[in-house]
Amino acid sequence: MEEIVFMVGGQSGEGIESTGDIFATALHRYGYWVFGFRHFPSRIRGGHTNYRVRVARHQVYTHGNRIDIMAAFDRESLDEFGALLSSGAAVIFDPSAGQSTPPAGIDVRLCPVPLGDLANKAGGAIMKNVVSIGAAAGLMGLDPGVFDSVIRDTFAKKGEKVVAANQKAAREGFAYAQEHFGVTHRLSPPVSSPGMILSGNEAVALGALAAGCRFLAAYPITPATSIMYWLVDHFPQFGGVVIQAEDEIAAINMAIGAGFAGARAMTSTSGPGFSLMMEAIGLAGMTETPVVIIDVQRGGPSTGLPTKTEQSDLNEMLGGTHGEIPRIVLAPSTIEQAYLITRRAFDLAEIYQCPVIIASDLFLGLARASVPVLPAPAPGDRGKLWDPSSQPAADGERFRRYRVTEDGISPRSLPGQRGGEFVATGNEHSEFGPEIEAPGIRVTMMQKRLRKLAKFDLGDDAVWYGGDEHPDVLLVGWGASWGALAEARSVLAAAGKKVGHLQVVAIMPLPVERLRPFLANAKDIVICESNATGQMEAHLRRYGLLPAQVRRVNRYDGNPLTAADVLALWDLHPRAEGRPGERDPAAMVLPGQLRLAGETPAEGWPVLDPGLAVSGAKGGGEARDQQR
Amino acid sequence: MISSADLRADTPTWCPGCGDFAVLAALQRALPLLGVPRENIVIVSGIGCSGKISSYLRAYGFHGVHGRTLPVATGIKTANPDLLVIAAGGDGDGYAIGVSHFIHAARRNIDVTYIVMDNHIYGLTTGQTSPTSPRGFKSKTTPAGAAEEPVDPLALALASGAGFVAQGFSGEIGQLASICEQALRYRGFALVNVLSPCVSFNREYSYDWLREHLVDIDHEPGYDPHDYATAVRYVTEHHGLLRGAVYVSDRPGYVESLVGTRRPVDVDWEEPKARWPELVAEFN
Ligand SMILES: Cc1ncc(C[n+]2csc(CCOP(=O)(O)OP(=O)(O)O)c2C)c(N)n1
Ligand code: SF4
Repeated sequence: MEEIVFMVGGQSGEGIESTGDIFATALHRYGYWVFGFRHFPSRIRGGHTNYRVRVARHQVYTHGNRIDIMAAFDRESLDEFGALLSSGAAVIFDPSAGQSTPPAGIDVRLCPVPLGDLANKAGGAIMKNVVSIGAAAGLMGLDPGVFDSVIRDTFAKKGEKVVAANQKAAREGFAYAQEHFGVTHRLSPPVSSPGMILSGNEAVALGALAAGCRFLAAYPITPATSIMYWLVDHFPQFGGVVIQAEDEIAAINMAIGAGFAGARAMTSTSGPGFSLMMEAIGLAGMTETPVVIIDVQRGGPSTGLPTKTEQSDLNEMLGGTHGEIPRIVLAPSTIEQAYLITRRAFDLAEIYQCPVIIASDLFLGLARASVPVLPAPAPGDRGKLWDPSSQPAADGERFRRYRVTEDGISPRSLPGQRGGEFVATGNEHSEFGPEIEAPGIRVTMMQKRLRKLAKFDLGDDAVWYGGDEHPDVLLVGWGASWGALAEARSVLAAAGKKVGHLQVVAIMPLPVERLRPFLANAKDIVICESNATGQMEAHLRRYGLLPAQVRRVNRYDGNPLTAADVLALWDLHPRAEGRPGERDPAAMVLPGQLRLAGETPAEGWPVLDPGLAVSGAKGGGEARDQQR
Repeated sequence: MISSADLRADTPTWCPGCGDFAVLAALQRALPLLGVPRENIVIVSGIGCSGKISSYLRAYGFHGVHGRTLPVATGIKTANPDLLVIAAGGDGDGYAIGVSHFIHAARRNIDVTYIVMDNHIYGLTTGQTSPTSPRGFKSKTTPAGAAEEPVDPLALALASGAGFVAQGFSGEIGQLASICEQALRYRGFALVNVLSPCVSFNREYSYDWLREHLVDIDHEPGYDPHDYATAVRYVTEHHGLLRGAVYVSDRPGYVESLVGTRRPVDVDWEEPKARWPELVAEFN
């Protein structure tokens, strides 16, 4: 087979997350490309949770549309997710625990494994999860030691005994499965080794470190906190600081203070915290202080769906704060882009001296997947920093921090620089800083600030397009749904449609002229987003980019948008993954590389290639028997 | 190095007689004594009449939004510990909208001098009851007299773990300047609550009334500001009507405990680049 989707499901508190992580990391180390996504409730104990890991021979961008091997620890695993089982799927369960039966009509292979007994044999019932992944590895015909190194890394702190017991538990499961069921889902051997496995949140954190950011102030909130965790662990080693603020108002004001002082500074949050930041976003805009804000969106409004994904903060990112300021909003589509865009965001914040908002979401932030090795840090662009040697301050005159310039951007002095003293104020102010209300100056200063982004252009990175050169059907998306849309496009193309996929990466300022040619000619525009009201549609419409009639796919039940959601418009279904698909390299515009100025792209990096996303490479014919 | 005159910027627009003039003057008197160059001084101010001070003191300034001076100051000081950071604002700014930051800055013991120009009223918005206005205080928003008990800033600071707690009086500029100097030299969070009369909207807290009622603890025989219990007792017994250094602890400042030899303002791409293979390997 070209690829397999494994799911482990149980009650939260049962260690489902660590089991999924061990499985994903082990398979990644084995040489496969994985994509893992956890479904979890907003409580610590009890409630169904599951972890799906798609394992493929080539890079994949979603957790797939089906389940091939399921380890079920609770009834809900089968009751709620049984419909996703593929034909011939294997269900691992403990016959001594109460189980419901898989849905009728699907040909599944029941694999009863005495998980508890085998775990006890290895040293304790708690390791039944590990037995189950051992059994899954057995069904896949892998190596009995596949989990050894990951188990060692995971449990090393708990001592050699625990490591050895878990390794034994995995091998018990493996041996049992091979003996009783043989290999049911053999994966073809790996073809290329993936470089790294990380989540979107980790990619953001790594991007910040790579960009020279050394200051994070944040308040814990699902699903953004893992950005903070990573930086808490790493910033101190690099001379950086993380402050756990008393609330998000404090967090963003701290970041603005650090930015004013000259640090590259950021805050990370999710909807509720982002709402608290509105006033300060205007402050950053008015004082022309660089700051980077990561909004890992979750289901809103209010506390909403804390552990579910959504893309419903767009309106707030575009317009949140009173008054009018220049701001930049960017939405990464993939984990690699989360790294690249974050890295880029710190340059943009300093070049344009304004807030930069990164629109991530729970699906992108928490999904953990194999990616190629990310490009190493390179020197960035700090924009117009005042250089006293080449631009001496006029004698006796105070520093004109807000000098009116042609591009609206003024040289910025930093505290500590003699002669650069000025006051940054959130009130309307003169070129020197102090507040002023004179109508003429007010208008001049408004225009100066708003002019800064007049020529903003992210270049080839602003939009991404893949597909037919003259599409009839145009799928339009933004953010984390990229993988699902890429997959839908591939199925539509295979069904004979002329189809394209347009992804908006730079959301504000909107690259209107780059988008127009794509949107002007398509007959059937389908805007796909994870919200109820079509916020991206409204945004595009505002710029006159859409015809009167478009179709929309809106998903807001908390789960990520899938290819199936899109294909339902045509009564089509995602193909059973693993079959070679048609690639259309001629029609495919490769995505921008989001590299920093002067940086050459590493070879093979990073092609967001929908062909690969769906079909895997040539020659995966043996997977055919696994279609639904 | 710098003189008081070097620290003068725009001419203040405060009402003649406003207590905030004395605060500005005290800072201009104290700062030159520290030997810190002007470019290393940052004053972060809030919104209110008091908040205008960042435009009147010539140094680096940040005039933020209402109530958020301390987070901004915390960010600046943490990003560049070489700077001398002052936060300044009114009683509404600090004890109403910004009170949570006050408590957290105190318990964090962030190395910032926080000067509150406490006039027991909202000045800039023309005279509404403030969190330090006493119970029964009449204003446009409490015509029948305020129902709430006032916040006692000194007690709140002590309870929140502030390292340095003092109160000054705009009518005693010499003492105020000396308190400011002590606060500015202090490594940790230093609150200077200044009883700073608003001559336009608050007749109750006049210079005369304050002069009559304040107890000068700097000259109180046997008063030891290093003794927390005594400080708490004095503040309680005198209902906060004290002037002088109330409490000085030797708790380490936040920045000291946090930042190593490198500063977050030193933007660096080289180290993560050099350590890239190691970072990549973490994700495997
Ligand atoms: C978020 C917000 N709410 C309300 C205001 C209006 N406002 C400006 S200053 C102020 C109170 C000022 O009182 P205080 O902090 O005591 O300062 P003073 O003017 O007395 O020095 C208020 C309510 C504002 N600027 N921002
Ligand atoms: S209104 Fe009161 S606080 Fe404001 S400047 Fe006048 S006297 Fe000072």
